[in-house]
Amino acid sequence: MNTTELIAEYREFSPRINRIGARDFLLFVEDLTAVFDGFKAVDIGAWGVKRNELRVVIGPNGAGKTTLCDLVSGKTRPTTGTVFFEGDEITNELEADIALRGIGRKFQTPRVYDSLTTFENMELALPGSRKVRRFFGRSASRAENEKILQILERVRLKDDRHTEAKHLSHGQRQWLAISMLILSSPKLLLVDEPAAGLTDLETELTAELLLELKDEHTVIVIEHDMDFVRQLDSKVTVLNEGRILAEGGIDELTANEEVIEAYLGR
Amino acid sequence: MFKDKPNHERCVWALFLFGLVGIPALYFSGAISIDTVNMLGRYLAFAIAAIGLDLIWGYCGVLSLCQALFFALGGYAMGMYLAHHGGPEGIIDKDGWKLPACLFVVYPYDVGEAPGDAMVPWFWKPFYNLPLTVLLGVALPGAVAAVIGYFGFRSRVRGVYFAILTQAITVAGWLVFCMNNMKLCGTNGLTRFDKIAGFALSSPSVKFGLYLLTLVCLIGVFCLCRFLVGTRLGRVLVAVRDDETNLRFFGYKPYMFKMFVFALAAALGGLGGMLYTPQMGIFTPEYMTAKWSILFVIWVAVGGRGTLSGAVLGALGVNLVYNFLTTRWPEAWPFVQGLLFVGVVLLFPKGIAGLVDLIRFKRLAKRTSEA
Repeated sequence: MNTTELIAEYREFSPRINRIGARDFLLFVEDLTAVFDGFKAVDIGAWGVKRNELRVVIGPNGAGKTTLCDLVSGKTRPTTGTVFFEGDEITNELEADIALRGIGRKFQTPRVYDSLTTFENMELALPGSRKVRRFFGRSASRAENEKILQILERVRLKDDRHTEAKHLSHGQRQWLAISMLILSSPKLLLVDEPAAGLTDLETELTAELLLELKDEHTVIVIEHDMDFVRQLDSKVTVLNEGRILAEGGIDELTANEEVIEAYLGR
Repeated sequence: MFKDKPNHERCVWALFLFGLVGIPALYFSGAISIDTVNMLGRYLAFAIAAIGLDLIWGYCGVLSLCQALFFALGGYAMGMYLAHHGGPEGIIDKDGWKLPACLFVVYPYDVGEAPGDAMVPWFWKPFYNLPLTVLLGVALPGAVAAVIGYFGFRSRVRGVYFAILTQAITVAGWLVFCMNNMKLCGTNGLTRFDKIAGFALSSPSVKFGLYLLTLVCLIGVFCLCRFLVGTRLGRVLVAVRDDETNLRFFGYKPYMFKMFVFALAAALGGLGGMLYTPQMGIFTPEYMTAKWSILFVIWVAVGGRGTLSGAVLGALGVNLVYNFLTTRWPEAWPFVQGLLFVGVVLLFPKGIAGLVDLIRFKRLAKRTSEA
């Protein structure tokens, strides 16, 4: 299937014209462009991700993968186009409001709060922790406590729960950022390069975690590491120069001439 | 109770205890004069305002150069109350209000007006009443800060730009208060104070009472802020300092937190100013100059930012050195002050509080290596 057909097929499900699109697609973008100084970083006719899907987005450097994340999460305003979440338009909302709707994000370089301990970092990500009356409490409830410890145990950070985040290693920070995202339990997770700088063993555990999330959440993973993408074994979208180049299973794509040309730069 | 507290906090509590017991003992035994007590009271008022600055700068990471403005607003509020109740009796305007003497001598008459036409301006009138003055002295700076914060933080003015903005606002405030036409006594400032709540300011027992009141307020403010930074709110503030952007993607609105803390800091600045004025006996626009904006920052930096104790240690420490040097070797003070700031920034970024903690750390390390 070529790109034009792909876009045309997506377009039929636009929440603007189709109620099924709004129901099935958790995230849907239409005519989305982002232009920086005359350079089109993203130019997508139509694209969407269904509920409880794990979607991998790959593409060469500068393909617009992170910019796409920025547009969805509200970090960057699109030049034109619309972003729909659960059928509602969220294009011009503030980052915090988009986050409260249920879009969570992990940045390429893991972002954690350096002066807080691992546990305190997690506490801030608890769902419902933004209510004013919770601010004057001293700590989390027992159930929340257990939840945090359970996740930390899973990512082997339990023993470091009272360590300030600035003393954690890169891998551990990566873990902490992912754990915070999982704990905040958004409907849609945007995970930007979760395997960057991790050892093979750590990468495997990351893949396992993301696959587990698939049952209850929708996940978009941006990744470079092809081995990691293979482990996820999900539908893959290839971006190139801001456009969608192809979509499908990883084996199908690695056989696609166009993808090989763009990605491996033949 | 103090076992799990960091060293700098114990240090502050020791100082408070000394202030509550030691200073009164020294005073009543005649070892120190009432003027010394009065001077200490003024420095304690500075410490209250410095704690406010530490909240916004040390915890939230926002360098504010208008703590001096908020201090001055509080100072002016109390100054207006004192001016209402001070000076010689007998200058009455047409509505039957007694004109404050400091306003009467520099009153800006319109063309054709005679001294008999001088009126007490409307904005002086609320400050006749002490409880209302106290309320306004805290609420006014808080409200001003909330407005600055709302527009500044919402449009994401950050770092050095926010510092410049606040400095500019402070200078604007200084220019406004210097204008005689504003009927705020211009560069002369508010003077001719006499009584506070019916007690004569000149009497030693009232001075001593004001010292104690300031100390109690400082202790209260310190405890309140300690409590605040210990709650989850405090951790959100630190998160704002560390990575504001990330916080947004978790559904928090950093500008709300910054605005709240900025307003709280301003209210504490106002409280400090209110306690300072009756102990100083005069309040002029000079406290809104750039010099004072920087002084507050120096106290917090030298004391150690982000600890609260540092603000107290810094405000008291730097001012005591200032007092000592200016009586014995006045020319040296500007150089010492500069060296102090540069030295702290280069050698002890964590300030006095950090140094105090270091001592304990070394002792602990020695103990563990022996064991």
